[in-house]
Amino acid sequence: MNLCPGERTIHQTFGGPSHLTCPIIGGLIHSMTSIAIQTRSLRIRRGSNIVIDRLDLEVPRGAIVGLLGPSGSGKTTLMRAIVGVQVVKSGTVSVMGQPAGAASLRHRVGYMTQLASIYEDLSVRQNLRYFARIQGAPKSDVDRVIDRTDLGGQADQLARTLSGGQANRVSLAAAMLGSPDVLVLDEPTVGLDPVLRSDLWNIFRRLADEGSTLLVSSHVMDEATLCDRLLLMREGAVIADTTPSELLETTGAATAEDAFLRIITYDSAAARRILTSTSKAAPGKGRTRGAQ
Amino acid sequence: MSPMRTLATAGRVLLQIRNDPRTIALLLVVPSLLIGLVAWIFDETPVFDRIGPAMLALFPFIVMFLVTSIATLRERRSGTLERLLSMPMGRGDFILGYTLAFGLLAVIQTAIAVGYATWVCRLEIEESVLLLFAVAIADALLGTALGLLASAFARTEFQVVQFMPVFVFPQILLGGIFLPRDQLPDVLETIGDWLPLSHAIDALTAVSTGNEDAAYIWLRILFIGCWIIGAIIVGSLTLRRRTP
Repeated sequence: MNLCPGERTIHQTFGGPSHLTCPIIGGLIHSMTSIAIQTRSLRIRRGSNIVIDRLDLEVPRGAIVGLLGPSGSGKTTLMRAIVGVQVVKSGTVSVMGQPAGAASLRHRVGYMTQLASIYEDLSVRQNLRYFARIQGAPKSDVDRVIDRTDLGGQADQLARTLSGGQANRVSLAAAMLGSPDVLVLDEPTVGLDPVLRSDLWNIFRRLADEGSTLLVSSHVMDEATLCDRLLLMREGAVIADTTPSELLETTGAATAEDAFLRIITYDSAAARRILTSTSKAAPGKGRTRGAQ
Repeated sequence: MSPMRTLATAGRVLLQIRNDPRTIALLLVVPSLLIGLVAWIFDETPVFDRIGPAMLALFPFIVMFLVTSIATLRERRSGTLERLLSMPMGRGDFILGYTLAFGLLAVIQTAIAVGYATWVCRLEIEESVLLLFAVAIADALLGTALGLLASAFARTEFQVVQFMPVFVFPQILLGGIFLPRDQLPDVLETIGDWLPLSHAIDALTAVSTGNEDAAYIWLRILFIGCWIIGAIIVGSLTLRRRTP
């Protein structure tokens, strides 16, 4: 059950430098070194609802961070804020030390939306060529991402004739163009069969091993165990910032799904345990995993 | 903004249309068919010579308005626009790319319509055909620019189709095809005088009758040009990188 390939790297590289505990200078150094994405008292309103309320969040570099939560918990809104296409009411979002959405960040952040977001009336290659030109990626990058996502056989097929899983991979390939430092993937495996899902997770792992930071949202709880870190969201708040093994340990659950259900439904003792354990999760606990 | 990204976008839009042969056929053939129909209706009357030029002004405008507004709405709804705006894509690149692509289509469409109107339907053209082209292209670009603008206010396909009557019909009614503008009530005449399609119709009528000189026609084209630029600027303002 526990496929957790990230476990090894996490425990080896835990233990952020202690000088980072100084809140001001520490924050500054964080943003320059080990933190890929950071939000500070982020508030987002959609319509008349506050979807995200005073959210503080840190995503370490070079890791796969799973963003999990029931539908409607604010995952997509948070991701949109991180790529800089969401109107933010107050608070800050920074990516690689710069304000989210800054012009200089746009070629360093790859975004895969929930819909496939590709042109149905273009072939796979035509789609990727166009996005490569917009991204400013070299032409050879198109073949690289086609190869990486195993779309060679469909390269000249019109996107509208692709299966859902293939269209999803085109969308992922487009996000990978130009090898961005940060990949924000909104439910990339939704509606895929287990084989395709595991293929995609292999791709994610390889990207992370090469130094990219991946923020992956999902509501398939099995996938939680494939992440290095987990952020559990509920009603616009992060209710746990943990690792897969820590999640199972503190909740005493056998599977990630069970653990998640316990937390979401406020199985009070487990929830309190995990909430207190994460609030203390300062440097030593792995929040500040060093850049490789 | 960068010329590379603008051209890439124009190329991509043309490629999408090339992959859709039926749309190409409809774009290129329908205006000529309708002009032929009007010529047939008014066979053996002088009416076609009066309204024929106006028809040439209408079709590129209406067709480009529809095609552009729907294409842009599709980008908004499919998520591709959101993807592009999270990339190093200028808003101007997006809009100019569309304008270039559809402008080029409009040139081809107009060439066919003008050829059909003059050679098959025997529409008299006194001034140079070149001027006629200039007006028709300006007209098509106007349709593209207003279509981009309209799509910003539409959330669904139903709405965007409803915008056609809003943006297009008043211009046809007040443009002087049904009743010369100087015979309209004062208020409507003033409004009509400021609408861009009126000037396109005036210019094309002048081209076909040869009653006015080239400067008159260029002035009309300039007026349409100002509307195009205005619509593009407002359109790019409505194209928000960040949305609620």
